[in-house]
Amino acid sequence: MIVERRQETPSIFTLRLRLLDESARSTYSFEPGQFNMLYLHGVGEVPISITSAPCASDLPPEVCSELIDHTIRAVGRVTNALAKLKPGDQLGLRGPFGHGWPLTQAHGRDLVFVTGGLGCAPVVSVIRHALHNRSAYQRIVILQGVKHHDDLIWKDQYQQWAQLPDTQVLLAASQSAPSWPWYTGHVTALIGQAKFDPQHCTVMMCGPEMMMVAAAKELLALNVSEHDIWMSMERNMQCALGHCGHCQYGSLFLCTDGPVLSYPQLKPWLGQAGI
Amino acid sequence: MDDFRYFARNQLQTLIAIMREHGLRVVGPQWSGGAIVFVDLEHADQLPRGYHDEQAPGHYRSHRSDDPRYFAWANGPQALKPLFFAPRESLWRSTQTPDSGLKFEASTLPQEKLAVVGVRACDLAALRLSDKHFLHGAAEDTHYRQRRENTLLIAVNCSHPAATCFCASTGDGPAATADFDLRLDELDEGFLAVAGSERGAGLLAALTTRVASEHEQEEARKQTAAAVAAQKRHLPEGSLRDRLFATHDHAHWQAVAERCLSCGNCTSVCPTCFCHREDDLATLDGAKSEHFREWDSCFTPGHSYIHGLTIRADTSSRYRQWLTHKFAGWHDKFGRSGCVGCGRCITWCPTGIDVTDVLANIVEAAP
Repeated sequence: MIVERRQETPSIFTLRLRLLDESARSTYSFEPGQFNMLYLHGVGEVPISITSAPCASDLPPEVCSELIDHTIRAVGRVTNALAKLKPGDQLGLRGPFGHGWPLTQAHGRDLVFVTGGLGCAPVVSVIRHALHNRSAYQRIVILQGVKHHDDLIWKDQYQQWAQLPDTQVLLAASQSAPSWPWYTGHVTALIGQAKFDPQHCTVMMCGPEMMMVAAAKELLALNVSEHDIWMSMERNMQCALGHCGHCQYGSLFLCTDGPVLSYPQLKPWLGQAGI
Repeated sequence: MDDFRYFARNQLQTLIAIMREHGLRVVGPQWSGGAIVFVDLEHADQLPRGYHDEQAPGHYRSHRSDDPRYFAWANGPQALKPLFFAPRESLWRSTQTPDSGLKFEASTLPQEKLAVVGVRACDLAALRLSDKHFLHGAAEDTHYRQRRENTLLIAVNCSHPAATCFCASTGDGPAATADFDLRLDELDEGFLAVAGSERGAGLLAALTTRVASEHEQEEARKQTAAAVAAQKRHLPEGSLRDRLFATHDHAHWQAVAERCLSCGNCTSVCPTCFCHREDDLATLDGAKSEHFREWDSCFTPGHSYIHGLTIRADTSSRYRQWLTHKFAGWHDKFGRSGCVGCGRCITWCPTGIDVTDVLANIVEAAP
């Protein structure tokens, strides 16, 4: 059931969901980077990344794991219909699916998050998780780029995070206005300003493929190891079980092999057209 | 050492009758609408006795002769795939409840008990590959599993391969080696038979059979050897996996694209293709909605569509996706190619594109 609904921009909204079935609610657990298939009765299903952390910081601990956030762009048949829903309306949920972010590998390291557009959604879950478990990680760098300055969501959240110790927030907009206080240009240009140890970090990225390829190139040039670069990939997903064949990316099935994958796993196909 | 039995021609009808008496729906090859199709079989007389088929790129003909044999042909456009992986089926239902809630129910699993007569080695090999996909991956498909458990398979070794067949090259035929309940070799006067399971042995025991003579076994072996020798098409030597992934920009993809209509016939007749789309059908009053899955093809624009963008908009990238997935991607996921050499994609392609030819051009010739 939709517990809360928030409009982030004219086309992006967040649905906060609570599972109605008691046993499902107590057994449901997810890892940052996983996604759910959300079903709208009579319309269809779509794969949506979970944006809340397994325990969201703005809720009391006893309820935090019961609410699951999904940030969605209204861009197609199902998502446009989802945009019309209100608190109290019900959806179907299947999940969680996929491999989440490499938390074990990231333990004790600097974390570098590079996202573009709504790619910030699959990553915000792990950012929140890291901030909840702050002592497990070293420095945190959050890089987010948008095409147009109006596209930036969670602006207050980014500003809050920028105030935290050992936490750097670098924002970029390709097209900005005089009111835009941050960098104008591509987010990859800000990598040079990021304060982290390339030899001891975990990079987590999501956004347009070409942006991630360009960012990876910058990072590899700084001697970040290929094994420390992770990306959340996206393709048409329908079954989420590795059966329907739509989410193929090279020989990978993103719903079961991913959506989070390491650079070496993706390297054979990154940047190639038609994959 | 296989325990070969032999039974006379007329026992085939007895076999069919016994299975029907046990309440099984028997499916077998029949000549209909110009092709050999697998449909309900009530009597051995309905089998395509005397029929031969002639297959070539984009070409399928069948004609009747004086041949006394029932199985003197290679294959038709479909055989096992639609019996296990339904072209369209309901997965679950969603119903609105009076308090504006939703109730979900899984659709009932198929219950029908089935026996398929006349299964070819290539299709059994394809079934084995489909098992890897639908049963042994991250999730199990319960509809597919139910059908697998409910179906008896009676294989007939291929004695008349078509010009488009290359199962010998892929290592999947012309003789069936596993996954059958009963396996037959057809000779002029009767059949050699080997049981592949307890159920198969039980059926064999209900027929009038005797031990197959050495001469009869030799005839069956010679028949299989001749079927191997008759196959002129083959895949390029060696592993195609690395070579295919390395030829993303090969000029030949564009050359094939100029002939390919992106019609999807190949994916439809291919016994290992498994792509399917999911959709919803609501009642007019909107109270109930049924969630279906239906065969899909990587040749459709929708296959790679994602929020406003079609990743594979042109024919060249779609054809490359299909062939590369089948001959390279499958290796990474399933340990071998997804092709069993049945040749259907060659026969049923309206423009006569031959995959063995395309592969030879891509991996052997210089870009």
